[in-house]
Amino acid sequence: MSDLPTVPVAAKAPTRRRRRHVQATGTDRIFLALMVIVPTALVVGLVWLPAVATVVLSFASWTGVGSLDTIKWIGTQNYVDVFTIYPPFKPALTHNVIWLVFLFMVPTCLGIFLAVLLDRELRATRFYQTAFFLPVVLSLALIGFIWQLIYSRDQGLLNAVLHTQIDWYGDSRWNLWAVLVAAGWKHAGYIMLLYLAGLKGVDPSLREAAAVDGASPVRTFFSVVLPVMKPINIIIIVVTVIEALRAFDIVWVINKGTNGLELISTLVTANVVGEASRIGFGSALATIMLVISLVFITIFLSTVMRGERR
Amino acid sequence: MTSTTVTPRAATGTAARSRHRRLSPGRILLNVFLTATALAWLFPVLWAAYNSFRDYDYTSEHGYVSLGGFTLQNYLHAWEQGEFTRHFLNSLYITVPAVLITLFIASCVAFVVARFSFRFNLVLLGVFTAANLLPQQALLIPLFRLYREVPLPLWMSDSGQLLDSYWGLILINTAFQTGFCTFVLSNYMKALPHEMFEAARVDGAGVPTQFFRITLPLCRPALAALATLQVTWIYNEFYWATVLMQSGDKFPITSSLTNLRGQFFTDYNLLSAGSVVIAIPVLIIFFVLQKQFVAGLTLGSTKG
Repeated sequence: MSDLPTVPVAAKAPTRRRRRHVQATGTDRIFLALMVIVPTALVVGLVWLPAVATVVLSFASWTGVGSLDTIKWIGTQNYVDVFTIYPPFKPALTHNVIWLVFLFMVPTCLGIFLAVLLDRELRATRFYQTAFFLPVVLSLALIGFIWQLIYSRDQGLLNAVLHTQIDWYGDSRWNLWAVLVAAGWKHAGYIMLLYLAGLKGVDPSLREAAAVDGASPVRTFFSVVLPVMKPINIIIIVVTVIEALRAFDIVWVINKGTNGLELISTLVTANVVGEASRIGFGSALATIMLVISLVFITIFLSTVMRGERR
Repeated sequence: MTSTTVTPRAATGTAARSRHRRLSPGRILLNVFLTATALAWLFPVLWAAYNSFRDYDYTSEHGYVSLGGFTLQNYLHAWEQGEFTRHFLNSLYITVPAVLITLFIASCVAFVVARFSFRFNLVLLGVFTAANLLPQQALLIPLFRLYREVPLPLWMSDSGQLLDSYWGLILINTAFQTGFCTFVLSNYMKALPHEMFEAARVDGAGVPTQFFRITLPLCRPALAALATLQVTWIYNEFYWATVLMQSGDKFPITSSLTNLRGQFFTDYNLLSAGSVVIAIPVLIIFFVLQKQFVAGLTLGSTKG
């Protein structure tokens, strides 16, 4: 998994928390200050300042070599170029959108469905959960590797079974879908896990009441369980969006994001570490990613931090 | 998952009812469906494991859908050709310090946020948590440049700079993961009984004592769960190592996959063996510490 946080599922406000203004002594004060300042400096310095710098650089033309004086400011020209004269951008954007829609339609829904099925007392539930959960601990790069054994043209299992000669990772008509199946394999388990944890927190009496009223299990889920799970639903939506936006490892391992597997993340990377490093242009692409992600991060934070405010 | 999460339900009596239910056709169907799906889910890993034990000549003659030709040679060859000793050590050098530092500084921030009411608490928590969610590519360009500018003495990094050094990777992994841990730990610490801290204060315990002697020991379960999760994530981390490391011999194992692909390309049994070896550390975590892992992911929902 990349490293999406997922924890804060329905973080409830602690019931008895009274924080005090403490009269800290001199040493205590220094100690407390260090406890905040050192970590904050690290996170701000290595994450937030670079993020801001990316936005600033997106208005510049720069090769990245030489001092900062060689930067030429060109306004929004990079953005105009991205949308008009940069052929890989449109396919990359399309692929990211397909990635997102696919993750939602298939693995996310499947994960929720599996969680609902597993949320009863089944004898083999441990086995089922372990099976669905297994791919979650593997890196997407390794998953790309493992599925190669199934997708390869000459030695792959899929062609042996279907009696075809398709290069599933190489043929641009198929490769995006092949990769999505492999990525979805992991995503479904992840969503299953999150949703199951949420379902365990739903008050059983709600469901019993619905059953007494004669509601079918399907009806109960959509009318009773789903609305109660609203915070978790939002978290799953955000996790899926960010997962789709950050997709990178699996396509980079396969062909560095070319030939049908272009993604915005691979374009940014190729523009910086590739032969022709176009800093301003890459930054414009990165800024687009940043803006999209910030919208969803805000939604995420306001969901998980509700109840923290007082 | 399992025992801990299931218990509350059992206590309510729903479980008792369903346990005594007879096997209805619907229930059998459900189990059949779940078993089939679960086996399909395990298949890719089992397929890789199966073929990793088979001889290349045998499978190229009989095809992969066959039985026989078992050998352990692939593992020896994969280990040698992939230079796994070196790459595993690299992963170790990066993962262990990164996890330890992450947990420590996250505990510091979480402690302050949880025990003292400063006005900036919420902002601070937001700054940390959001940092964990940003796309890495959005930071790459300035960070890459910054890493090239920062000189390190040669005994710390043979490249003489932060770029292409273990230190650089430890730092960025720490910065990225701290947010998540801070969030979880602050929730956990808020739920600790505050009377204990009052008593400690009355006894004259300063902030360091409250932090090291009281808070950290009480957070052991949360720290264990987070450590499990972080070891897996940083071991699996691919992006930063790919772009911030330049010499192939310093790549941690996950990022070395890009290079391995070329070497193993023609021999899929070798590729299987390599995949299995790389998966082993996380699979061990998965089977031995599954409870910790799941607890880490869902901690915020139960404590709070």
